[in-house]
Amino acid sequence: MRAVRLSVVTAAAAAAALAAVTGCTEKGGSGSGDGAISVTATDDRCEVSKKEFPAGHIELDIENKGSKVTEVYVLFPDDRIVTERENIGPGTKQKVTAEVKAGDYTIACKPGMKGDGIRQAVKATGGKTAKRDPRLDAAVAAYRKYAQEQADTTLPLAKTFAEAVKSGDLEAAKKAYAPSRIGWERTEPVAESFGDIDPKVDVRADGLEAGQEFTGWHRLEKSLWEDKKITAEDKTLADQLITDLTDWQKRVGKAEITPTSMANGAKELLDEVATGKVTGEEERYSHTDLVDFKANVEGAEQSYELLEPVAKENDAALVTELDKRFAALNTLLDKYRADKNSYDFTSYDKVGEADRKQLSDAVNALAEPLSKLAAAVVK
Amino acid sequence: MTEIPEKTEGGTSRRALIAWGGAGLALGAAAAGGAVAMTRGSEDVQTVAAEAGGAIAFHGANQAGIATPVQDRLHFAAFDLATDDRAEFVQMLKDWTAAARRMTAGQAVGEGAYGGLAEAPPDDTGEALGLKPSRLTLTIGFGPGLFEKLGMADRRPDALVDLPQFSGDNLDRNRSGGDVCVQACSDDPQVAVHAVRNLARIGFGKVSVRWSQLGFGKTSSTTPEAQTPRNLLGFKDGTRNIAGTETARLKKFVWVDGTDLDDNSAWMEGGSYLVARRIRMHIEPWDRTSLQEQEDIFGRDKGEGAPVGKAKERDEPFLKAMLPDAHVRLAHPDSNHGATLLRRGYSFTDGTDGLGRLEAGLFFLAYQRDVRKGFIPVQRNLATDALNEYIQHVGSAVFAVPPGVRDKDDWWGRALFSEPSQSSEPSKSSQSSEPSKSSQSSQSSKGA
Repeated sequence: MRAVRLSVVTAAAAAAALAAVTGCTEKGGSGSGDGAISVTATDDRCEVSKKEFPAGHIELDIENKGSKVTEVYVLFPDDRIVTERENIGPGTKQKVTAEVKAGDYTIACKPGMKGDGIRQAVKATGGKTAKRDPRLDAAVAAYRKYAQEQADTTLPLAKTFAEAVKSGDLEAAKKAYAPSRIGWERTEPVAESFGDIDPKVDVRADGLEAGQEFTGWHRLEKSLWEDKKITAEDKTLADQLITDLTDWQKRVGKAEITPTSMANGAKELLDEVATGKVTGEEERYSHTDLVDFKANVEGAEQSYELLEPVAKENDAALVTELDKRFAALNTLLDKYRADKNSYDFTSYDKVGEADRKQLSDAVNALAEPLSKLAAAVVK
Repeated sequence: MTEIPEKTEGGTSRRALIAWGGAGLALGAAAAGGAVAMTRGSEDVQTVAAEAGGAIAFHGANQAGIATPVQDRLHFAAFDLATDDRAEFVQMLKDWTAAARRMTAGQAVGEGAYGGLAEAPPDDTGEALGLKPSRLTLTIGFGPGLFEKLGMADRRPDALVDLPQFSGDNLDRNRSGGDVCVQACSDDPQVAVHAVRNLARIGFGKVSVRWSQLGFGKTSSTTPEAQTPRNLLGFKDGTRNIAGTETARLKKFVWVDGTDLDDNSAWMEGGSYLVARRIRMHIEPWDRTSLQEQEDIFGRDKGEGAPVGKAKERDEPFLKAMLPDAHVRLAHPDSNHGATLLRRGYSFTDGTDGLGRLEAGLFFLAYQRDVRKGFIPVQRNLATDALNEYIQHVGSAVFAVPPGVRDKDDWWGRALFSEPSQSSEPSKSSQSSEPSKSSQSSQSSKGA
């Protein structure tokens, strides 16, 4: 439910954090001191002053000597963005900084801000290449598999929902709505890392940017519960939802996942609960917030369980605490469903203020120690 | 309750009388504002510290933030216990103490607000970086519910009574009660808010914030001042509060004495009891009240603050000259068998309410040796207070405030959570009623 721009920033930040994991980022690093990398962009060239530089803090001094507005990217080999600067006008200069670990990168200038850009291969050298605990590699692999499974199982459920909408069956659509979201909610930070999918499928009415079309689950939620009718447009939107989720299913396996991003993703899931679900904002028409709530917690717990063996070695007390807090929150959530194997939760509009406070307290009690998981995994 | 102003109780009467200025005013303060007291000596030191934005010593026989010269700003928070595990709560108290020790010295919590592991959130939230200690004091109290919830009801002091319903009370339970409280006072509001925020963060899972209140202007003083602070009704009140240097009055009215206690409550020696009341003022009707009526209601003149028939604010009031329902008259210690409170209240304004009225009033804070001989009789006596037409008590809480943290190895509440001074019945020992569990689990809350 974030805007695209935000997600891009998040990705860049994640990349920076990733670099930091390798230990090659020295605090207050020199960067600018030992010579920034000059990038001279014109309408048909993208010249860089150095093609090799030490890993760590880097600074690009960009000058646009062309006639078009340009943008400059630092990219990973798979075109994920390390950092970027947009809207660099002709004749202007900009600086951009990043933390990079040793490895191959591409610097791309995009005159006219279109296309793949004019590219220069560069290399960051030195530092320590990440030598990761093999258990963490296994954790990442297992989590990647989990994320893929969630997408794979979501698609049929989403199709059931979409079909109900398309056939104009209001009740069937309502029934299929919340289950179609569980897999997405469990792995939302991964989905959000793509930037462009989340705003299409999971945006809320209050999260729309100027000019952004209201599409996806929540748009249909509004039709079903608030407007209580399915329009022709809704049927088109149901198809669009499947298209977008299929895109997610295809790309989820390629997401950049690290032990740190898993740990922080777990914490972000709790943030989602704390800011959207506990308040009842997420599912304001259907009041199925507790389904999302549970799915967020399950996703966080999955990341945690995979990282737990390593975390336990570094911070046993943290693991004890997290076990206890997850158990307490799950026990509390179970009070809101008759069958522990079903996702048939109490409608959130029936959950009173005192109970919401209790849920909020339990979320805080878990999220605070969970915010320390990443450090426990990488230290 | 038109009591005799000149009652005497031996040698103390003189003091009590003076105290009245304080106590009577004390309540005066309740409705309104602060007091002023006199003193010197350490006073000057404090003043210097204040000017320098300096630090108030955290360690001492009594907690700071009671007799300490009143700071300009307040953030007060009441917490509910979120655990019934005593060991876990004790660990949190130790963590809180360590954080409080640092924050009151102007230092960041734990490893600080930056420079740590990039993957971990910083221990300190950072908004007080670069700010002076600003005379921050952090004062902790334990509410009645704590003793039940932690299975140590036998250690609840008799003096920690549940407050009765008073005439005119319209209490919002969401702004009342609490198992633990923290009073953060500072000359810089951001320093006070930072302190409560960081303690709340450390407390997640062990305690959760039940309610909190910001106060923007002191209405009482525990030091002599050129100007007595005015309350939001525009009056000086609480002219003669107990001063931080008045050792004898503090001992008599504020600090819990060993002679008040039995073995199970001996942990309170050097502590005090705190009553917190959120008193909403009906500002707009008050502003439409004639000057004469306003002055009659208080029993003081508005400009100088002098009691009826007197010339100066600090002139001894002649209660019989006031109307029978005048606030000062009813609140005066002489009308209350000498009952005297140390007040530390703050004006608050939480913006406006849904009707466009100023959501404002007095957040009344009063410390005393025994609530049964302090706030309760005085508040009962105020049932006929003319001021009641313009105020309403909407929040209420009472806390046992333990003695001070003595040194770097000590922690808030240690005496309470340690073995009771071996009483004749060991079975009453708090330790026996519930086994402690995960004592180390909360360590992680301190951060990497």
